[in-house]
Amino acid sequence: MKKVVTGNYAVSWGARLARAQVIAAYPITPQTSIIEKLATFCADGEMEARFIKVESEHSAMAACIGASAAGARAFTATSGQGLLLMHEVVHWAAGARLPIVMGVVNRAIGPGWNIWTDQNDTLSQRDTGWLQFYCETNQEVLDTTIQAVKIAETVFLPAMVVLDAFLLSHTSEPVDIPDQAEVDAFLPPYRPELKLDLDDPRAFGALVLPSDYMEMRYKIQKAMERAVGVAEAVDHEWGERFGRSWGLVERYRLDDAEIALVTSGTVTGTSRVVVDELRDKGLKIGLLKVRMFRPFPHEKVRQALAGIEKVAVIDRNISFGDSGVFAQEVRAALYRADKRPPVFDFVTGLGGRDIVPATIREIVDYTVAHDAPVEEFTWIGVKK
Amino acid sequence: MIEIRIHGRGGQGAVIASQVLADAVFQEGRYVQAFPAFGVERRGAPVMAFTRIDDVPIRIHTQIYTPDHIMVLDPTLLDVVDVTAGLKDGAWILINSTRPPHTFTFPDRYRVATVDANAIAVKYRLGPRNAPIVNTAILGAFARLTGIVSLETLCEAVRSAVPIHPEENVAAVREAYQQVAEEGR
Repeated sequence: MKKVVTGNYAVSWGARLARAQVIAAYPITPQTSIIEKLATFCADGEMEARFIKVESEHSAMAACIGASAAGARAFTATSGQGLLLMHEVVHWAAGARLPIVMGVVNRAIGPGWNIWTDQNDTLSQRDTGWLQFYCETNQEVLDTTIQAVKIAETVFLPAMVVLDAFLLSHTSEPVDIPDQAEVDAFLPPYRPELKLDLDDPRAFGALVLPSDYMEMRYKIQKAMERAVGVAEAVDHEWGERFGRSWGLVERYRLDDAEIALVTSGTVTGTSRVVVDELRDKGLKIGLLKVRMFRPFPHEKVRQALAGIEKVAVIDRNISFGDSGVFAQEVRAALYRADKRPPVFDFVTGLGGRDIVPATIREIVDYTVAHDAPVEEFTWIGVKK
Repeated sequence: MIEIRIHGRGGQGAVIASQVLADAVFQEGRYVQAFPAFGVERRGAPVMAFTRIDDVPIRIHTQIYTPDHIMVLDPTLLDVVDVTAGLKDGAWILINSTRPPHTFTFPDRYRVATVDANAIAVKYRLGPRNAPIVNTAILGAFARLTGIVSLETLCEAVRSAVPIHPEENVAAVREAYQQVAEEGR
């Protein structure tokens, strides 16, 4: 069924088709319509899920942790400040190895109070042990939400499906909504190895001494490493069943490229338009879209950027005192490459400032004009 | 690519209009995007909504700065909003107004049309009399002017999108389609 729906409704449809059994969520702009739609699905009997209203995002995640520990498929969604309030239990969900899936609408952090998009909310959760996928279109949002459930339940780690505020959350686009039966064939019910069970009582969340704690962390890291291959296989299977796959990264017109843009989220689509336009003018440019940010697909990034002369990363975020976060990751990945191209980093579009084709052309012009970066990163479009 | 901007006031249905138009065009096999101005909306305050249309999948994700056509759901907005900002030459300016098009002073590079969507909406009891919901009527006039979508497809999109009074809304679409007054073509 093809429908014109918002990115937020694509998240809701993803959770519905994945047969989430427990939804606990607290509303926050611009995430609100995700949970409004899910509440409607539940109220109308179109979803057999328990919808738990809570008093905060911290409680939302705590309820999901309880539900997931009891063996239910748990889902929530949040944004910006809500994700930050949730932070303590975001760590807990991963540490407890609970495959909760969460839609996160990227919203800039206040103050200044701001409801528009940038990536600092989700990137501040980088080291929590959650998988993170950044989406370019509403179709990708829906597909990724369902894929994330399968990946998370295979490696026993939680997953965030990330979409830009307004540019996807409130933008309607054509989306192919798969049949429930086809999704059921792709995604079997959740079967945890261990769960809260009255007939088989166990202790959860006990004190762990220095003699054992490190092994728990080792296993999370091993699960993350395994998630790279699992995510690739799940995406491949999705492609075979539904005719669309997205890749962990995507190479666009990179084959003979000298310059590569590195993008994430909706900036990717706008950058494709600019790449095509500059290709027509004879510039050998392509782009690398990073869809999976955690685990970071180091090897794929190295392979994709092999032979590139200059790399230009577009960061809609900033790590204060350093640079954009995606550039940090790309530089780290390339350090082990045989030939290391210069990596330019451009911080732009914070707090929802629009990234238009002219913004991207300015980034490309700067990259063409310089042999190597003259600073750690370059601001684009800031009033200095 | 065709980019359309709708000016309205919170509560008039500008956002729904942008979505219904997108739905209808998509039903005719083209690609679409529809979105509100990315901001905070309040009832009665000036709002904007947008629709993008193309024959190929739409990859760009930005706001719209240089629309091909505009619709104005409330003529009093002309005093407070620069509705022609960025508007391309040859654009249609469609205004919900009782006045004939020539009484509006716009540069010659634009084409102006009016339709009394308030009266049509009141006739079909769409919304309260003092704040009628004019979004479906204005779309009927827009379809006639631009030919971007057929009347029948638009009627079907309206029928499936509106939560109440589907047939009254469809009747408003048809009436505005017939009544739109235009000049400059």
